[in-house]
Amino acid sequence: MHEVKDLKSPLAPSQVTSESTATILRELVTHLRENRTQLRQEWAHRITEAKLLTAMSADEIFTEATAVYDQYVEALETGTFEALQAYARNLSERIIPRGVETHEVVGIVLLLRDVLARSLFAKYQGDFGKLNRILDAYEPAANRIANTVAVGFVQERERIIREQQEAIRELSTPVLQVRERLLILPIIGVIDPQRARQLTEQLLRGIRTNRAKVVVIDITGVAAMDSQIANHLVQTVEASRLLGATVIVTGLSPEIAQTLVNIGVDLGKMNTVGDLQGGIEGAERLLGYKVVPIGDNTQMPKGLLPG
Amino acid sequence: MAVPILKQGPFLIASIQSALTDTDLVQLRDALVGQVGSYRSRGVIVDVTALDVLDSFASRTLRDLAHMVRLRGAETVIVGIQPEVAFTMVRLGLTLEGVATALDLEEGLFYLNEKLRSTQQTTQ
Repeated sequence: MHEVKDLKSPLAPSQVTSESTATILRELVTHLRENRTQLRQEWAHRITEAKLLTAMSADEIFTEATAVYDQYVEALETGTFEALQAYARNLSERIIPRGVETHEVVGIVLLLRDVLARSLFAKYQGDFGKLNRILDAYEPAANRIANTVAVGFVQERERIIREQQEAIRELSTPVLQVRERLLILPIIGVIDPQRARQLTEQLLRGIRTNRAKVVVIDITGVAAMDSQIANHLVQTVEASRLLGATVIVTGLSPEIAQTLVNIGVDLGKMNTVGDLQGGIEGAERLLGYKVVPIGDNTQMPKGLLPG
Repeated sequence: MAVPILKQGPFLIASIQSALTDTDLVQLRDALVGQVGSYRSRGVIVDVTALDVLDSFASRTLRDLAHMVRLRGAETVIVGIQPEVAFTMVRLGLTLEGVATALDLEEGLFYLNEKLRSTQQTTQ
């Protein structure tokens, strides 16, 4: 069938080119192997000169540079990037905690590309046609390597960020029982819609499992919230009421107070008290508790006495 | 499906066991409002623990029920709203305003007893 022929015919020339590309790449790799020591030193020198990787010592830079150089040449030779990818990920894992930035990693890979390109210019300066063919083979591979390392680094960074976000999310929503039927929910930090949803779920579930009658939500640690989150807070208060629990919100900052007024909250539905202490005292009153000091004040530990 | 209405001292308890049609809900409302008068009850408890969803019609019927019962001289408590149901209702703007709610049957009875005691104290 001629369709098959059509598919095959364009393959033939490209096979020829890839054949010659392979030979040229081999020559290139041999060149890079022969001049390994010198090029590697040149590269490390350029890295220090450009003030990249300042978080690492010169020795460390040289060790990593050697490893990267060998991986680089190997990737050029074999055309497979898995080993390099794995190495880039491993390297990122080691250097990200030390504060190495994305621009530094991209910078050093591009430096290596330039150093090697310069050495090729120097070697083939007499034969322009050859230089062209060598660069034709070198440039796509080198760009792909730079790409692979940069992407590996960024992916590793994103993975770490995701993990940390997850950790923060798990840590950040404790629903605590301070007395029989009294829960407190201290909220600290920025509330995004997802966290708000999670807070509500945990609170409503906590009300059920602890049979809470009063909940104190303390938002002293929240600097500001947008109207969407403020609305969500109001809805949480309403939903808690449907479960038979009264909610007292404490520690509203002036900004949050303004947001709540702007969205037109029905203040009859929202119980607010200035600080957490006042909130807990109010909650105790609602539950019928009365806190009185034992004996007189002289029995208090010295540190608690005024003055 | 008809909902059984139990008389427990001065209170009436209606425990909904399965999803109800709109007609069932209206029947329940009318039955409770009627029986509050015939038993001279002081309070009504509607237990919705078994319901996975409370739509706008159900919310409105329950609110109307509470207001009608109040006009006939008794208090209503809705008990056992599930956390997920509660939040969905609030998102839909169904907040049962002016209706007492409690966690479960026990809490609802406690609430009604307190109410009863405080009204008896004021009349004494």
